[in-house]
Amino acid sequence: MKAKHQRLILALVALVALIGAGLLAASALKDEAAYFYAPHDVKTKGVEPGKAIRLGGMVVKGSLKRASDGVTVHFDVTDGKATVPASFKGITPDLFREGSGVVAEGAFDVGGTFQATNLLAKHDERYMPRELEGMQYDEKSHKMKVDR
Amino acid sequence: MHRFANPARFLKIARPLTVWLFWPGLILLLIGAGCGLFVTPADYLQGDTVRILYIHVPAAWLGMGGWTGIAVAALMQLVWRHPLAAIAGRAIAVPGAFFTAICLITGSIWGRPTWGTWWEWDGRMTSMLVLFFLYLGYIALGNASARQGNGGGVSPVTAIFGLVGAINIPIINRSVVWWNSLHQGPSITLRGSSIDTALLWPLGLTLLGFTLLFAAIVLMRMRAILAQNKVEARMQRLARG
Repeated sequence: MKAKHQRLILALVALVALIGAGLLAASALKDEAAYFYAPHDVKTKGVEPGKAIRLGGMVVKGSLKRASDGVTVHFDVTDGKATVPASFKGITPDLFREGSGVVAEGAFDVGGTFQATNLLAKHDERYMPRELEGMQYDEKSHKMKVDR
Repeated sequence: MHRFANPARFLKIARPLTVWLFWPGLILLLIGAGCGLFVTPADYLQGDTVRILYIHVPAAWLGMGGWTGIAVAALMQLVWRHPLAAIAGRAIAVPGAFFTAICLITGSIWGRPTWGTWWEWDGRMTSMLVLFFLYLGYIALGNASARQGNGGGVSPVTAIFGLVGAINIPIINRSVVWWNSLHQGPSITLRGSSIDTALLWPLGLTLLGFTLLFAAIVLMRMRAILAQNKVEARMQRLARG
């Protein structure tokens, strides 16, 4: 075996070991490195009230209500598997709206409502001109379709 | 590839190739950026903020592509002992770090109006910042190895660092899939794009333009390192008299 081939095999073995180690580390980090809890995670793992977490998901359509004081909003957050109620007092980001993604920082109160201290709007991967609003990206055909 | 091991033969091709990469790259970039700013419609949700993607996406692609290039050069240096691979690795590092910085900065500027924050420690942003720090480390090691000889290229240890650092590239790519992240998932996949064609097409121009420019910068830096080697060799000969 030539020295060149020895080096090639050594480098490839090292590379495979490295990628394996990286993937193992990444999969072990799966939960720890998550930026936020989805409502389903909250339900299955049981986050105790008062513990500061981030809650992320979609704002349920028709759930967004503004309280009479004008600055408090109540809304439901869902990930398709579970839904939790949340409320926030303050100025909401421009992109915060029903049917759109949100990441809220805060904690659950004893009643099970998420009391957010800060709201971040989460953008999804769809980009389109204004004329196409109301259309949805179809995962199967990879075309834009009217969402009605 | 060993046909180009001779610097004279490499320079004979690299010199005209630099010109042919640089100018078309610059023209494509300017057309793409101009169309992205003035021709394409605004996004339905983000409005005009969306236009930053014509810079942000190519910068991210080149930041990650640059390190992939460093890893390939490292493999060629360590396995095949290709004499130009060590120089290529060192030449890629600075523009790679530069584009990674552009990606981080434009992302931050976009994040403020879109998400409502300049910076969050989510998987995508953190792994991209790690890439930037890896570049800084590689540049420092590369400069140190060039001072100690190594023919103006990176030392074998630096090449190993480049190879090990490549593990971060698939992590960046998958970070939005593996972990809940604030950064949205991939828009452009092998199966199609969820960016509407009306918004997508200038991205192709800037992506190609930036890539050609990146290649031109790498060739220029490789030529500069080779010229520096020549100067040093001549100085040594003169000193010996």
